[in-house]
Order: sequence, then C-alpha cells, then structure tokens
Amino acid sequence: MIAFESVRIAYPGQVGRAIDGVSFQVERGMITAVAGPNGSGKSTLVRALLRRVPLAGGRITIDESPVDALGARALARRVAFVTQREETAFARTVGDYVALARYPHGDAGTDAARRAVEAAVVRAGVEPFLARTIDTLSGGEWQRVRIARALAQEGDALVLDEPTSFLDVAHEMLVFELLAQIAASGVAVLLVSHQLNLVARFASRIVLLHRGRIAVDGAPDVVMRGEVLERVYEWPLVVSRDPAVGALALVPLRRHH
Amino acid sequence: MIAHRGWHWPAALAGLVVVAILGVALGAVSISLHDLAAVVRGDAPASVREIVLTLRAPRVVLAALVGAALGASGSTMQATLRNPLAEPYLLGVSGGAAVGAVGAMLLRLPAASWPIGAFVGAAVAVALALGVARGTSMLRAADPRTLLMAGVVVGALANAVVMIALANVPPETVRGALWWMMGSVGDATWTSVAWLGAYALIAIIALLTQAPTIDALTLGDEAAAGLGVRVERATAQAFLTAALLAAATVAAAGLVGFVGLIVPYLARGAGLSRQREILLASVIVGAMLVIAADLVARIATPPSELPLGAVTAVLGVPFFLVQLRRLR
Repeated sequence: MIAFESVRIAYPGQVGRAIDGVSFQVERGMITAVAGPNGSGKSTLVRALLRRVPLAGGRITIDESPVDALGARALARRVAFVTQREETAFARTVGDYVALARYPHGDAGTDAARRAVEAAVVRAGVEPFLARTIDTLSGGEWQRVRIARALAQEGDALVLDEPTSFLDVAHEMLVFELLAQIAASGVAVLLVSHQLNLVARFASRIVLLHRGRIAVDGAPDVVMRGEVLERVYEWPLVVSRDPAVGALALVPLRRHH
Repeated sequence: MIAHRGWHWPAALAGLVVVAILGVALGAVSISLHDLAAVVRGDAPASVREIVLTLRAPRVVLAALVGAALGASGSTMQATLRNPLAEPYLLGVSGGAAVGAVGAMLLRLPAASWPIGAFVGAAVAVALALGVARGTSMLRAADPRTLLMAGVVVGALANAVVMIALANVPPETVRGALWWMMGSVGDATWTSVAWLGAYALIAIIALLTQAPTIDALTLGDEAAAGLGVRVERATAQAFLTAALLAAATVAAAGLVGFVGLIVPYLARGAGLSRQREILLASVIVGAMLVIAADLVARIATPPSELPLGAVTAVLGVPFFLVQLRRLR
C-alpha cells in the first residue's frame, strides 16, 4: 500500500545522505517493521512520509499515487501517524483528544465522527480513561490513547515511530498485541522500533537500516541472524531461539567480564 | 466535562452584563438604575444622558472590546506556541505596537493612522521576538521560558525606543504618551469603539474558524502534520492574526498587560479544552475583566484615576507566578 522507491534524503549542512536509495513496500494486513541502530535513518523515513523533510530523490507512493500529489488532509485520511514526539502542554480529556483525529475529515461533532471515535476507543481498550485528562495517564495508557486517536482517523495505514520506548514489559506487550490485531483487521502497519526481539515476534517483515541504507530486508528469520546484526549494530551478539515460545531473540554479549 | 454543563455560558454572559451595568453606573457621579432605565427609554435629564452616552457607555464598551480582543489574542498565542505564558504584552508585541503608535503620534500623522503604526510595530516585534527565540533554537523546545525572555528583551527595547523618542518633545506630549503607555480607555469615543469593534469582530471570527487547526497544533508540529495540518502556514496565520488583534487594542487604549495571560488560564481552569470554547470564554471573561479593572482604576483613588495597565498588572502578576511555578 505504501511504497518507498529509491528514496534519498539529505539534511542540509550534513555530509552524506540520511537516507540513500531505500526501497520497500508496506502491505495491508501485516506489520512491516523498520529497525536499525540509532541514527540509521528510521525516523527520517517517517518524517519523509509525513512530508516534513523533502526527498532528494526517489518517491513515496500510496496505492501508486505519489504522496506529494495528495493534500495534507487527504494524506491524513489515508495514513494515521503516531509520531515519536507529541506535546501535552494543555490538558484535555481523553475523549476530546481522540476526537482530534477527525480534523482531516472535517466532521467533528457529527454522528460519523462520534462512531469513529467510539469504535477506536473500544478497539484500543481505552474506554476506562475516557473522562480522564491526558496529563494524568501513565506512559503505557498514553501510548494506547495515542493509538486510539490514530485509529479514529480511519486511515488504511498506521505509522508508528518508537511507540514502546519507555514502556515496561506488560505495556509493551499490550501495544504490540494491539498492533497485531490492527494489522489483522487489514490495516497496513509500519512500525519503527528499537525492540528487535519483539519486532521479530510480531512483524511479518523487517527492514533493517544501517547508515541510511537497507542492510537486510525480509521475514524475521532472514533478518535475525547473528552475523547480519553484529555487522549492523557493531557489537558482538548471538541470536538464539527461545525454547519456550520459539521466538528468535538477540542477546548482546559483554566485551569485558 | 464541566464545560458542557449548559449554565456556564449564560452565567458568563449575565456576569458580563452586570459588570457592564456597574461600569456605566459607578464613577465620580453615580447613576441610579432608575436613571439608567430612563436613558434607555430616552426620557432622562440631559446631564445624565450626557454622562451615560458620551462618557461612560463608550468607555465601558471600549474596555469590553479591549478585554475581548486581548483574551482572544492571548488564548490563540498560548495554543499556537504551546506555551501557557505566551501573551501579547509579555511577548513584546504590545510594546512593539506602542513604538509604532507613538512614532505615528510624534510624526504628527493623523490619529486614524496610529493603528497602522501599531500594526507595523507589532509585526516587527513579533519577528524580533521569534527571531531571538529561534536564534537560541528554543522556540518550541522544552522550556517555554526562552520565548518569554525574548519577549521581555523586545519589550525592554521597545520601552527604551519610546523613552528616547519622547526625550525631546514638549512636556504635554510626554504626559499624554506616558498615560497612554500605561493603558487607558479614558479617551473612548464611539468612533474608537466602532473601528476597534469592527476589527476585533473580523479577527475573532477568523480565529474561531481556525480553532480546530489550532487544537491540532497544540499537539506539536509533527503530530499536527500527521493530522493533516500545514503547520508552518497555520501557525503563522494564527499568530499574526492574534498579534494584529493585540496591536489594535494598543492603538485604541495603550498598553494593557496580562489580560491575555489571566483569561485563558481561567477558561482552562473551568474545564474547557477545545480552542473554540477557550477562545469564546476568553472573549467574554476578558471583556468582563477589563471593564472591572477600568472601574477600579476610576473609583479607587478619587478624584484621580489609576492607569488601567497598572491595575491589570497587579491582577496579572500572581497568575504569572502560578504559571511559572507549574513549569517546574
């Protein structure tokens, strides 16, 4: 559904390209993960899709039409973003916050908007927080509320940039399971994440970036290989299969004991 | 949500009417309700009619418009900059407008051109304050105090420019200009009411239509972009409209500070969170606040009047300190 085609991005004043010839597709009905070390260009790709950084080359399309041809609101009706940063300078209730999702539809206050918000709130399991203000939520609650807001946008793609940083194990799992459900309902989920082990369990495909280029791209067992990850992360590590759940897991080694 | 309890809006409007009636009735010469009713009916004595219709009523209406405009301006600036300390006076916008207006005054340009001077001055001040804040790359960063400091610097500069400009002019001009720098609606006429009213109405309607976009902007640039907002254009539009609205009040009534800070704070404190509601509440409560402040300015130390800007500053400083404390 979303296709990155030979995308090149350069930040002004920076030597080299932040993204250099990256191509991959994000399909409906599955989680496509973008992983890689800090500074490998993961968030830059999201910002390019958001059109917050210009492309130096290549193109990004949504169902074959270039994103540049779409209006800002039209893009937001197709693709919902849960960006890395979001500010909460002013408290508003969770209900009001989720309702902001209807901005690109311009139908705030209508029955259609109410239905979309209600459905999103139920799907993300955040009904218990509806009347609370967003500044009173815990980190895990806040991320799920943000996903509810993205769902209420009713796009057919959902893009999330590091949605589980700072979350504990239980909240991290809640978010990943929610994303798996969303993908299973036919939405194209593009997930930028550091959590390789969880990504390997939930994503159908992993695009591993290294210095702005794709180091490897494929199903988790193609990407989760010791020699590949060691080269990309520049750190000694082993990949093992968990005997209990059968999941591939990266274990970084200690250099000095 | 408290905001949706139906009685809030009628209560606020009723409060505004009561304060406005008090504003017309009280003063050096008190007018009874009976006499006010006679003025409305058209059978009041000429002296009473004169006081009410040419002195008090335009003054109260101008105070209401100044308050409404400053409330709208402050609530918009706070939301677009995501900064509860943003306010036209504290951001140096009002100071810049004062430089422009005093400049027009000293150049002996016709009074009708003073607002234009104020707009130009306000626009320059906005550009300077944002430039200083951007220069330290902290415009929207974690600490909202940086922009405020930039505003204080621009405000101080504006003050100095006015002082220098006034250094070599006749004492009467200095006194007039200083009085105006301290804020006053004492010179209100129906003409000043009409033009500020027209201007405020257009600007407030523009800000109301932008309210959903401003709501999205409060989430931050990237999140707003994700909702389909053209962030840079929307921010510039809203902020400039708010700055020009504040400039119009400066041209009409001089420097009246802190209203734009206090009023949105009260609106949010009452449980409002949507920009459209916060803006409307700020318009109503702002009008009430400035009418009341002007009333205090008139009757606190008879026979002399206190500067209106001094009264609002005395009210505003505690709010400022509370907000500053909240920022950790």
